Amino acid sequence: MSVDDGAVFDSGGLDQLIGVLRSAGYRTIGPIVSDGAIVYGTVTGVNDLPVGWRDHQEPGRYRLEQVSDAHLFDWAVGPSTWKSEFFTAEETVWQASIADGQVTFSEPDDDTGPVAVIGARPCELSALAALDRVLQGGAHPDDRYAVRRSGTFVVAVECGAPAGTCFCSSMGTGPAARAGFDLALTELFDGGHRFQVQVGSAAGAGVLAQVPHRSAGDGDRVARQETLARAEARMGRRLDTDDLPDLLARNLDHPRWEEVAERCLSCGNCTLVCPTCFCSDVKDATDLAGTVERQRRWASCFDVEHSLLHGGPVRPTTASRYRQWLTHKLSTWWDQFGESGCVGCGRCITWCPVGIDLTEEAAAIRTSAGALGSVGSVGRRTS
Amino acid sequence: MTEAMHGILSSHRFLSGLPEGTVELLAGCGHLETFEAGSLLLSEGSVADTLHLVHRGRVAIEVRGPGRDRHIVDTVGPGQVVGLSWVSPPFRWHFDARALGPVATVAIDSTCMRTRLDENPTVALALLERLASVLLGRLQATRVRLLDLYGHDRDH
Amino acid sequence: MTETTEPTGRPPPRRGALVPEPYRVVGRQVEVADVVTLALEPHRGQLPAFAPGQFNMLTAFGVGEVAISISSAPGGAGAVEHSIRDVGAVTHALCEARIGSVVGVRGPFGTHWGIGGIGEDTDVVVVAGGIGLAPLRGTVRDLVARRRDGGGRVYVLVGMRSPDQILFAADLEDWRRRGADVAVTVDVGAQGWQGPVGVVTSLLLDAPFEPARSVALACGPEIMMRFTTRALVDRGIDPRRIQVSLERNMQCGIGLCGHCQLGPLLVCRDGPVVSYGGVADQLLMERNR
Repeated sequence: MSVDDGAVFDSGGLDQLIGVLRSAGYRTIGPIVSDGAIVYGTVTGVNDLPVGWRDHQEPGRYRLEQVSDAHLFDWAVGPSTWKSEFFTAEETVWQASIADGQVTFSEPDDDTGPVAVIGARPCELSALAALDRVLQGGAHPDDRYAVRRSGTFVVAVECGAPAGTCFCSSMGTGPAARAGFDLALTELFDGGHRFQVQVGSAAGAGVLAQVPHRSAGDGDRVARQETLARAEARMGRRLDTDDLPDLLARNLDHPRWEEVAERCLSCGNCTLVCPTCFCSDVKDATDLAGTVERQRRWASCFDVEHSLLHGGPVRPTTASRYRQWLTHKLSTWWDQFGESGCVGCGRCITWCPVGIDLTEEAAAIRTSAGALGSVGSVGRRTS
Repeated sequence: MTEAMHGILSSHRFLSGLPEGTVELLAGCGHLETFEAGSLLLSEGSVADTLHLVHRGRVAIEVRGPGRDRHIVDTVGPGQVVGLSWVSPPFRWHFDARALGPVATVAIDSTCMRTRLDENPTVALALLERLASVLLGRLQATRVRLLDLYGHDRDH
Repeated sequence: MTETTEPTGRPPPRRGALVPEPYRVVGRQVEVADVVTLALEPHRGQLPAFAPGQFNMLTAFGVGEVAISISSAPGGAGAVEHSIRDVGAVTHALCEARIGSVVGVRGPFGTHWGIGGIGEDTDVVVVAGGIGLAPLRGTVRDLVARRRDGGGRVYVLVGMRSPDQILFAADLEDWRRRGADVAVTVDVGAQGWQGPVGVVTSLLLDAPFEPARSVALACGPEIMMRFTTRALVDRGIDPRRIQVSLERNMQCGIGLCGHCQLGPLLVCRDGPVVSYGGVADQLLMERNR
C-alpha cells in the first residue's frame, strides 16, 4: 500500500477518529496514564490520552511529568506492549472433558473482537511484525494469536519525543513509520497543534474518509520532516549493528558475559517489557468435575527452569541466561526469523532494576572482541 | 608356526604403524596360544608375565565377588591386547581375563621382550607410546561409563 | 466469537496446532523395566504421515504434555508407536496408560533422518545409546527392508546400560537376520552376557564399513553423541554425512514457546535431526547454551 501524506486534522479530528472506530465495533486501546506510567488501556476519546504528560527515561529510571500544554504524544513508550493484546500474559489454550473414553475439546471463546490500536510507535509496529512472523508466520501458526490479531486497525503515531533509552534509529524502525499501519499520525506544534495523517491501507482510507480533515500543505510536510529530524537527533542511545549478529556469535566466551552477570538479578523484567519476547510455559490442571485445562503463560529465559532438561537446567548461570537473551535478540533471531529481535524501544534498559543497558553491553563486546579466542563459538548459518 | 605368528603380528591393529623390526622383536618372544570358551588367559593375583595380542575371539576382563561369581568390567576383541600389569611392579594380574568363546592370541613373554627392548630403544619407545594410548583409551572409556549416561538419559 | 461487530472478515475458529487429537492406546509393550512402547491410533480420521526421527507431543490428560520420538516406521497398520521412558510425572502416566485409554497427540513435528537419497552402495552406520535407539528404530526397519543391490550395508551399533536394559532385543535380532551388522555393548556386564562390555564408540573400531561411502546417524545422550561423532569423524566419515538428533526442553513442539532454543536453532522446528558438520559440531561443544 502506498503511503501518501495528504491529510491533516486537529485533536478534535483524532477524537472523531476514535469515535468512528468505536462505532465500527473496534475495541479502541491506547495510551493512558495509570500508576505513574503511560500504559495501554481503553480509550474512548482524546481526553483519555496522556494530555500534557511527558516521560523521562534513563537506565533503571522512569518518571512522568505533567507539563501545561495540550501535547498528546510527548513521550516515548511505557512498560505496556501491544503484544499483550494479542498474546495474552495468561490464558487457557483448551479445555477437555473425558467420559467413557471419549474426549471432548473446547477452546475457550475469549476473543473480545477486533482491536484498534491507537498511538502505536513505529518501533512497536516493527515489534508487532516480528511477533507476527514468530507466532503466525511459520508452518504451525498460533491460531489464538492469529484470531486476535486479524482485523486489527492500527493508528500509529510517529515519534517526536524519543526517550533517553531509545535507539530505534539504530535499528531502522523509527522514528518515522514506514509500514504496518492503517493510518499514521505525526503530532505537529509549529503553526498550531495538529496531526498530519498518512494512509497506509484501504481500511485506513475508508476510516479517514469519515473524519473531517484537510489536505496537507507544504508547511505541514516540512513540519513533519523537522519533527522527525529533531527526534532522530534526540535519540538517547545508539547501537552499532554492523556485523553485530556474527560479532556476538563469535564472542560467546567473552568475559563481559560474566561481568554483566554480576549486576544482573535474573529478574526477567526485560523479558516482561520486551515487545517481541514470545516465550511461554504450559501447565495442565484438572478440576474436581474432571475437566482438564491447559493453561499458557508468558515465560522468561531468565527463569532457571526455562531450559530444564532431564531435571537440570541447560543454562544454570546468570551469565549463560543473559547471553541467551541478548544473543537471541541481536544475533540468533536473524538465524531463526531472518530479522532482528530487537526494535530499539529501550524498555529493557529503562525497566531493568539495575539499569543494565544492552547497547552498552553490545558495545563493550565490540570494543574488546577477539581479545579472547572464540573456542566453542558458532558461526551463523549462511543458508 | 613362526610364519603364521609373523603373519598375525604383521596385520595386528595394535602393532600397525610401529617401526620396522617391532614384529620381528615380538615374534622372537612370542608363541601362539588358543583358549577354550570359559578358560582363563590371566588369573588375578598371579605373576604378570605375558602380553596377549588377541587375533580371534573375545576376552572378558572380570573380577570374582561373593554372591555372584564374576563381574565383567570390560571386553577385548581381535586387534586389541590383554594383560598390561607386567609393565610395572608388583607384576601381578589385577583382574581375571576369561575367553568368552574360542580365543586365539599371540602370547609375548614379557621378560624376553624387556631384554630385547633394552637393546632397541626406538622400538621400545614406540611400543610404550602404543601401550600408553591403549591405557588412555581404556581410562577415557571407563570415565564415560562412570557417567552412567543411559541411566539418566533422554525421555524420548 | 461475536458476529455482529466485525468490520473485516475474521477467520472462523478452528482446532489449532496447540490442541491435541485424541488417540486410543491399541498396543502396549513393556520393553525393559522403565520403558514402555505404546501403539496409538487416532479416534477419527487417518494417521497423519510421518517420517522416522520426527516426534509427537503426547498428552497424559490432567498431567501434562511431553515430546516423544516416533519409534515405528511408516506404513504400519494405522498406528504409530512411541517408546517412553518413565522419568517424570508425564512419562510415568503415559507408561501406565492401558489399552483402550485415551492419549492426546499433536504432531508429527520436526525434521527426520535424511536417508531418502542414499546410494545403492552407501553404508549406513547407526549409532544409538540407551533410549536413543527409539527414534532410530523406524529408520532401521525401513533400511533393512529396502533392497539395495549396490552392496551398501547397514551397521547398527548400540550401547546400553546393562544386558537386562537392552531395548528392542527382538528388533535387533530381526535386523541381524535381515542382513544388518548389529552389535550391542553394555556399560555393565552381567551373568550370562557373552557380548562386549564397554562404550559404544568401541564398536566403531571393529565395524567394517567403508567411511568414504558411509552416512552415519547418531542418537543418544548429548555426551554420548559428542564422543560418538568425534569417533565417526576419526574413522573417516565426512562430518556433513553424519546426522544427530538434538534435544532441548520442548513445550509446544511448533516453534512458538521458545524453550528449545539452541543458538541459531529452534530444535523443535529446525531439528531434532540436524547435520553434524556445520551445525551440531559446534553446538555440541558450547557450554550452557
